This record gives sequence, C-alpha cells and structure tokens, in this order.
Amino acid sequence: MSGGADPHLGHWPLSIAGLAAFFGIWWLAAGLGLAPPQFLPMPQDVLRTFFDLLHEPFAGYTLGQHLWSSFLRFAMGFLLAAAIGVPLGLLMGWFEWLDRIVTPLFECIRYVAPIAWVPFAALWFGTGIGGPVLIIFAGAFPPCVVNSYRGAKYVEPRLIEAAQTLGASNLRIVAQVLLPAALPSIVAGLRVSAGLGWMSLIGAELIVASSGIGYMLVKGQSNIDTAIVMSGMIAIGLVGVAIDMLLRRAEARLLRYRHPSNS
Amino acid sequence: MAHFRPARLAVGFCTLIGVLALWYVSTSATGWIEPTRFPNPVDVWDALQQITVTGYANGRLDQHILHSVALVVMGFLAATVIGVPLGLWMGYSARAEAFFNPIFMLIRPIPPLAWIPLAIVWLGLEDASKVMVIWFAAFVPSVINSYVGVRSIEQPVLEAASMLEVRGARFVREVVVPGALPHVFTGLRLSLQASWTTLVAAELIGAFFGLGHVLTQSSLDIYPAMILVAMMTVAVCGGLMTLVLTWLEHASMPWRRKS
Repeated sequence: MSGGADPHLGHWPLSIAGLAAFFGIWWLAAGLGLAPPQFLPMPQDVLRTFFDLLHEPFAGYTLGQHLWSSFLRFAMGFLLAAAIGVPLGLLMGWFEWLDRIVTPLFECIRYVAPIAWVPFAALWFGTGIGGPVLIIFAGAFPPCVVNSYRGAKYVEPRLIEAAQTLGASNLRIVAQVLLPAALPSIVAGLRVSAGLGWMSLIGAELIVASSGIGYMLVKGQSNIDTAIVMSGMIAIGLVGVAIDMLLRRAEARLLRYRHPSNS
Repeated sequence: MAHFRPARLAVGFCTLIGVLALWYVSTSATGWIEPTRFPNPVDVWDALQQITVTGYANGRLDQHILHSVALVVMGFLAATVIGVPLGLWMGYSARAEAFFNPIFMLIRPIPPLAWIPLAIVWLGLEDASKVMVIWFAAFVPSVINSYVGVRSIEQPVLEAASMLEVRGARFVREVVVPGALPHVFTGLRLSLQASWTTLVAAELIGAFFGLGHVLTQSSLDIYPAMILVAMMTVAVCGGLMTLVLTWLEHASMPWRRKS
C-alpha cells in the first residue's frame, strides 16, 4: 500500500481485475441508463471533460487557471502557518512558561473545525483573499505547532547540556540545537499540515470564493453537470498527491543530509 | 502538552481567565474591537440563551446538536463497519490487497470535502447526502489504519500462530484483531475527527438544520455572537466525541492501560 518493493507482485492479475470491476460497474451502470448521464456520466466522458476543461474556460477560467489561483491561496496560508507555527512550537518546547500559557488556549481552539471559521472569515475579509487564507491557516497551524513542540521536547538532553556548557543563549539553543534536532518531526508535521490545509482550502472555496478549483466544483454542481464535478475531484486529488510527493522528497533530502552515513 | 499536573492546571486556568478578561476589556469596556467584527461576552451570553431557550435557525441548540451528532454517528458507523474489516482483510490476505488496493488508491487522494458537491448533485440537500460525505471521510482512515495494524503484528506472533495451526476464524479473532487493535483505534479517532469536520462543512454548504446551518444563518444575519456560540459548540462536541472514543479504546484494550 505504501511505497517500496511490493512483495505481492505475483497477484497483479487480481489488481487488474479489481480496477476492471470498478470501471466495469461504473460503465455498466451509466451505459444501461440506470442513472441519467447528467448524474452518472460514462468514465470516458469524464476524461474528455477533464481535457476539455484544460483549454475551455468554465466558470470564468480554465482548469489550469482555477488550480493556479487555488494553489496560490494554499501556498500563502500554508507558509503563514509554518512561519508562525514552527517557531511557536519550538519556543514552547524550550520555555516552560510559554508552554503553560499557550497550551490551554491552543487545546481550546484546536477542536474548532477549520471550516467553522468560514463565517468569521467572511465577516472580517469579505470576499478578499484573507478569508480562504485564514481557513487554510486554521487547518494547517495545529500540526505545525504540535510536531515542532514534540520534536523539541524529545531532543537528547546531552546536546542541550553541551550547548549550555559552551555558554549558548536561550535563543541560540532554540535556533541551533532544537531546530536541527527536531527537523524530522517538523517535516512530518508539515506534511500533515499541507494535507489538512489543501483540504480546508477546498472547503473554503466551496463556500467563499469566485475562482479556484472548489468554486469550479460548486458551479458544476449548480449546473448539475456531474462530469465537471468529477473532473474537478480528479484535479484536486492530483494536486494533493503532487504536494505530498514534493514534501516527501524534501523530507528524504533533509534526512539524508542529517545522516549522511545511513544513506 | 499532554500531561496536566495541578500546577499546570492552575496556570492554564489563570490564562483562560486572563483571556476572558482581555476579551471583556477590548470589547465591552473600551470598544477597541467593534461589535460587528467580534462579539462581546454579554452578547454571546444572550445569544447562547436565545438559542437554548427560544431557538434559532429552525431549532433549539440541543436539537441542532442532536441532529448533527446523529448524522455523524450514522455515517461513521456505516463507514467503519465496512472499512475496518476491509482493512484487516487487506492486511492479512495478499489477494484481497491486490484486488482492492488499486481501487482504494483512486479514492484515497480525494479530500472528503471534495465529495460534497457530488453528494449534493446525487442526493440533494437532505440528510442522505451528508451521510454519504461522512462515509467517505471516515472510510479512508479506517481502512488504512486497520491495514497498517495487521501489518504491524510481529513476525514471531504470526509464526507461533501458524505453528500452533491457528487458522481461519480463530486466527482472525485471536491474532489479527487483538494485534491490530491499537492501530484500528488510531484510525477510528482520525475517522471521527474527519467525519465531524466534514459534516460541519456539508451543513455550511447547504442544510436546513444542524450546527453548520446555525453558522450559515448567523453569518447571513451578521450576528457575530451567534457565530461564536456555534463555533464553540462545534469545538465542544468534537472534543467530547474524541473523549468518548478514547474511553472506549481504554475499555477495549485493558492490557495496554499501563503504557
């Protein structure tokens, strides 16, 4: 299921049978007219719509333009969450008093579903870019903080003691001891963050936006055009996978840099 | 962050009091933050009384909560009743994995919220479309973690089972299920959180009832106090559901309580 060498390659005919069953049932259900094509288009029609959307604008833009404006919002919210969340988590891991003050507040806010910020996002930012960015931030922020904090807490005491013996200041310990030591945990947190942020963005765009891939889905939905909705879902899935792959690659590179002997 | 000691609890309590005081000072007392941007404590208290006593957006608060929670429980149970056995099966049978994994890989990258428009096209704004969306939200994590759970069973345990000729239903009951249970519960917790977030989103996008609908209605009415009441209710319900699941986890795995 996850990457790496698959010991079950011998069963590949079953894999093909599985896919064939999935598309066969879909194709039969659509082809026999069990549901009108408006509600259940044939698989090949969805694929054609997907490629048509790449050059024909729908809801104002082509699929590529929708994806690009979504991605820009995502990048802003995600980077903001990482830029605030990672240092906050590290500092909380070092300064006991900060941990004690922030943790109760954080635990209260954490359980608010990111999407529940939509009304305030609309109230504060109207239809501007701030709304979606706030919601992505709400989705991506908690894993950044939690993982940096955990990473900082599990740093080997020997390293910290050595730095203290050498007379390093508090901030230097955070920046030069805790940050590098906590890096694997931080990067793992960023991956979770990116996934949640991307998902929250889709939710935000379903409700407050006039462009972006989520908006395209809503327009397809109100036109009762299932082929467009499904094309949008495929695009969302592809971008999500691409973002995760990028971060996985960054993770692998960072870990190799940390343990050159292991690779 | 996880362990609370009395001293920590006291500091946390003081912090919360401090924030409440800051909130009161910056809204009611001085008016630094305009009431149209963020509500003051008195308005929130009034809004809470309004929704619990006379009702708001087609119902009282308890009715909205009951409606939302009932939908989440339905979708969550429907998803996990299929997802957990499927994940376990894929974990111990290479054939089942080969058959289902490619289909699963197609569904997995699509975030649950992206199913909402499709659910609305297919099933409308009624409860059925909510249950469908929650089903997809809860299905993926419950399958993945059950699968990982079986795969994490240590090799010596499997070898011992095969040496003792523990097979079939007994193998599943006495080796697979107990071995995978910690991961299964991780999956259930993730499923439940995803279900709750997704339901709130689905209700925000279109519903006649439920906490998401309260959020939408108060947003349309530009009623910040009610928005805050609805948000806090969403948080409290989400937290309580996770708590119930944690309790179930401890109750069903008494042998792990020490760790």
